[in-house]
Amino acid sequence: MRIFYRSETVIAAVLLLAMILIGLVNPAFWQLDNLFGLVRSNVVIGIMALGVLMVLISGGIDVSFPAFAVAAMYLTIRAMVALGYEGVLLPFVMATLIGLALGAVNAVFVHYVRVIPLIVTLGTGAMVRGFLLGMVGASQINIDRMPKPLITFARSELVGIQNGDGTHYGLTAMVVLYGALALAVHLVLRHTLVGRSIYALGGDREAARRVGFDLRWTTFFVYGAAGALAGFAGLLHSGMIWLANPRDFAGLELDVIAAVVLGGASIFGGRGSVLGTLFGVFMLVMVNNSLIIMKIDTTWQRVAVGAIVIIATATTAWRDRKRRI
Amino acid sequence: MKLGSDLRNLVNRDDNLGQLVLITILVFALMAGLNPEKFLRPYNFESISYVFPELGLLSIAVMIAMLTGGIDLSIIGIANLSGILAGTFFHRVIEAHVTPDGTVLAYVAAGVVIALLTGLAAGLLNGVLIARLHVTPILATMGTAQIFTGLSLVLTGGPAIVGFPAYWSFVGNGKILGLAVPFLLFLAAAVAVAFVLSRTMLGINLMLIGTNAKAALFAGLRRERMILYSYMLSGLLASLAGIILSGRTNAAKSDYGTSYLLQAVLIAVLGGTNPSGGRGTVLGVSIAVLALMFLSSGFQLMRFSNFLVDFIWGAFLLLVIALNAYRNRTR
Amino acid sequence: MSDILIELRNIEKRFAGVRALDGVSLAIRRGQIHCLAGENGSGKSTIIKIMSGVYGPDAGEIVVDGVPVARLDPITAIRHGIEVIYQDFSLFGNLTVAENLALGHELREKRRLVDWRAVHALARRAIDRLGVDIDIEADLETLPTSGKQLVAIARALMSDPRLLIMDEPTTALTRREVETLFHVVREIQRQGIAVLFVSHKMREMLEISEWLTVIRNGCKVAEGETGGFDEASITRHMTGQDIAGEPYCWRPATDDRPPRLEVRGLVLPGGAGGNDLRLEAGEIVGLAGLLGSGRTELALALFGMAPGHGGQVLIDGVPARLSSVQEAIARGIAYVPEDRLTEGLFLAQSIERNILAAAYDRVTRGLVLDRTRARALAAETVAAMQIATPSLDKPVGQLSGGNAQRVVIGRWLLTDAKVLVLNGPTVGVDVGSKAEIHRKLRDLAQTRGLAVLMISDDLPELAQNCNRILLMHRGRLVGEVAGGKASEEAVSDMLRQFS
Repeated sequence: MRIFYRSETVIAAVLLLAMILIGLVNPAFWQLDNLFGLVRSNVVIGIMALGVLMVLISGGIDVSFPAFAVAAMYLTIRAMVALGYEGVLLPFVMATLIGLALGAVNAVFVHYVRVIPLIVTLGTGAMVRGFLLGMVGASQINIDRMPKPLITFARSELVGIQNGDGTHYGLTAMVVLYGALALAVHLVLRHTLVGRSIYALGGDREAARRVGFDLRWTTFFVYGAAGALAGFAGLLHSGMIWLANPRDFAGLELDVIAAVVLGGASIFGGRGSVLGTLFGVFMLVMVNNSLIIMKIDTTWQRVAVGAIVIIATATTAWRDRKRRI
Repeated sequence: MKLGSDLRNLVNRDDNLGQLVLITILVFALMAGLNPEKFLRPYNFESISYVFPELGLLSIAVMIAMLTGGIDLSIIGIANLSGILAGTFFHRVIEAHVTPDGTVLAYVAAGVVIALLTGLAAGLLNGVLIARLHVTPILATMGTAQIFTGLSLVLTGGPAIVGFPAYWSFVGNGKILGLAVPFLLFLAAAVAVAFVLSRTMLGINLMLIGTNAKAALFAGLRRERMILYSYMLSGLLASLAGIILSGRTNAAKSDYGTSYLLQAVLIAVLGGTNPSGGRGTVLGVSIAVLALMFLSSGFQLMRFSNFLVDFIWGAFLLLVIALNAYRNRTR
Repeated sequence: MSDILIELRNIEKRFAGVRALDGVSLAIRRGQIHCLAGENGSGKSTIIKIMSGVYGPDAGEIVVDGVPVARLDPITAIRHGIEVIYQDFSLFGNLTVAENLALGHELREKRRLVDWRAVHALARRAIDRLGVDIDIEADLETLPTSGKQLVAIARALMSDPRLLIMDEPTTALTRREVETLFHVVREIQRQGIAVLFVSHKMREMLEISEWLTVIRNGCKVAEGETGGFDEASITRHMTGQDIAGEPYCWRPATDDRPPRLEVRGLVLPGGAGGNDLRLEAGEIVGLAGLLGSGRTELALALFGMAPGHGGQVLIDGVPARLSSVQEAIARGIAYVPEDRLTEGLFLAQSIERNILAAAYDRVTRGLVLDRTRARALAAETVAAMQIATPSLDKPVGQLSGGNAQRVVIGRWLLTDAKVLVLNGPTVGVDVGSKAEIHRKLRDLAQTRGLAVLMISDDLPELAQNCNRILLMHRGRLVGEVAGGKASEEAVSDMLRQFS
């Protein structure tokens, strides 16, 4: 019986219900090209959400990851263009490392200076974005100058389908990357000691220290991983949209946090799972995309998303009520 | 003399306040030193006094939310929505060059009321979610921020609303007795809020609740009601900022001032507000705004792009926080 | 080989000039169930920390197995077989029982990956060793406090200790849970492990321990076989209070006024059956009972925080619906909570604000604070309660326990209180302040006509200061004893019957 009370089951059920409702309003929802499109939209946000999940479980919060993603993306692309680099692997490594380094800065402030993570990451996010936009200005790298191998890689598909009228749609192969990363994070969280230390830290910091966990390592791991995943996702994003725009991802942090919380992570820490996050992200993406499918005026979309976030968080507030004073 | 002992109490009470004043003076000196001709011109201070109020009001709004351990991420949404609602109203009722002047003035007054009521209503929504339904402030105000911005989009369809009446512009650009109108408004609001926080039931309740919510319960304080009022007050201040902003730029858009949010939070913390609750002063926040305005003005005069100024703000905050942590540790 | 496992000889410890321990000596024998009794601030926590290596003594020596130990730190202590279970258990609510048990071990083995099978096996063995039945796959937070405590004990046993130190273990346990705990402790003793209970809960300590040491003000003031002590004598050693002066005497008023507080048929949450209670002006009525007997629930019901159902409450003869704290205060009920640090005080705020906290409507004209009046009222209260402070603006967190408690009590002087309920009014307060607070309470009862209900575990305190003592058991008021010297024995006997 316990499985019915788990957060993941609840949100999976809500998700299913929402999908059915949307499908009733407009059956075009269920068509493959729409579903494939949904999956595609999940990839970049989902990878970032995995990092945010770990931070949230540890009892912290991170609002700097979109800025890190954009910085890693832009710098890597510029380097690729400047060097005329033709490979794909190394750029991803570079982007991930940039994200990792930036995340480590967060960790330094959170662990050594002991400032609350919200303020730290607000500061570092502002710094990174400000510096990037200040240096780069209004420029962006358009498709004609984007490194071809990256685009080819990001365009690859698992399944390709040709429409009668010649248009093409397919299931992006990037979903495999997403799935692999999700699995990796799940394994770390569940089966490694550092993963359990994240839950311990979020559950009771003092007890975690007493039991003997190396909290410094845990903190660096968590914020570093969040940064690294953001960097990776940023580069992937530019590959998928054939554009490197340093102004991207503005305002994304709150959406992602909402998605992770919706998926069962507690904002107080100590709770959360990869599966729940996958559902939460899917829910978020689906809400954003499906308002179009349901022919809701684009101007009302923001309101709708906000209302849904509120309803969902009110429900999570009820769920977390035991932790209140 | 009472005033004298008040001032002495003020400075002695907060070590951090003294440090803040020192930092402000240092920043001023630095900027003046780097760029004496441009920075020290009266014109520069005048322009600061026009832009400072919006940010100052928003920062105070954030501080109020932080007093009870919460935060308000919807203040920009509220500010913009207030300006847009007023603007929409004006477009409906005022025909340029046709409506008589006296009526326009009346309409502008009504517009102000509409904007302020928007702030109160928005704050009420926040307050209900946070105080009654016990939603975490971060998540609640994130959601309402989307709703307010969304409503702004619905009302404008996307582009900015322009063409505010001249009287409205006066609020953002005018002068009374040689001082910028928005600056005067800010002063009035700041004094009022400082008064509320230190001399009224609401303010004292907020401080107590923020210090120890459980003890507040045992002392019979009306926690939920007070927290509700505090978010309404934040909303009111945000809408006032919105009035000034749209008055100054003669336009209202759904995505104006997005960088203000981050800055307001940083300023509140810089100004000595404890994000976990129980501590924060209008004076501290005001000085912090001043420090940061000097900083950004100075850098802007040196032709740094706005983005680089963001970078410097972030770096500045982290620096000060690290400094505070270091000092507190060796104490 | 000597029987003594660990011995502290003439231990001295200072913190910032304050002497926490002044030449304390005590010895724990193998397999002994030993109780260390003392009030908050008596030095018992310092003793635990010195025994477990968290602090080092300033003077004196620590002898383990007959050999003096030069340096004791937490890791060495564990290697010597000393484990401590603190009050907060140091467990993770969001992890399973198995993880709570095994993670420390896995960490010490320097593992990277979690071997779930090994974890479960370890956990299973640890729980079985206690002889209790706990689902190791359950999330820890789903367990009641007693269950968590058992997990904490199981975890401590995993390192094969020879001495298990338990800090205030019976707080927040129900009677039945205490029995389970004692059953486990006896099982541990059977395995040859000594147990040191540190506590100030007397009834339970008397039941389980064989040897008792009492600490007061950093000195050992008594020790011996438990059989030679009773509740009252232990408490007297702990507090150092002599029963000097007159026990509290109360004469009923001659007029026909209704009682200050009358309760008819009030059923408490979790209790069985209604409660009746009458408090007249000027009475100080004690409320005694075992842990979990429902005394705090009664207090909270009167204070509007956790309303009971059924029945009626009348204040000065007028029925009152006490459905919220504000209503209770408005009707004249005042409550001084058990834990002043977390429930009573706003530590960072000034004394003035703490005093006025419940009565700000008295010093505001409309919405605005009348500063002079506020200052005046606060100053009056400070004088009336004899709070020692140079200034009203000092943060209350800087006051001593006794003075801070007076602030919490004094708060209610400003709310037109008719009924004052106090829960553990002199816990963590030094002896001198205790006596003064008692004097103050008598004064309030007599000169202001308050009806005082005093919940306490300190029987001598109740005997000395109450004109009668009520007993509570399982959510019901079940007996009454007249105050005065004889009442100590009477109450003690009745409590023994309950356990």
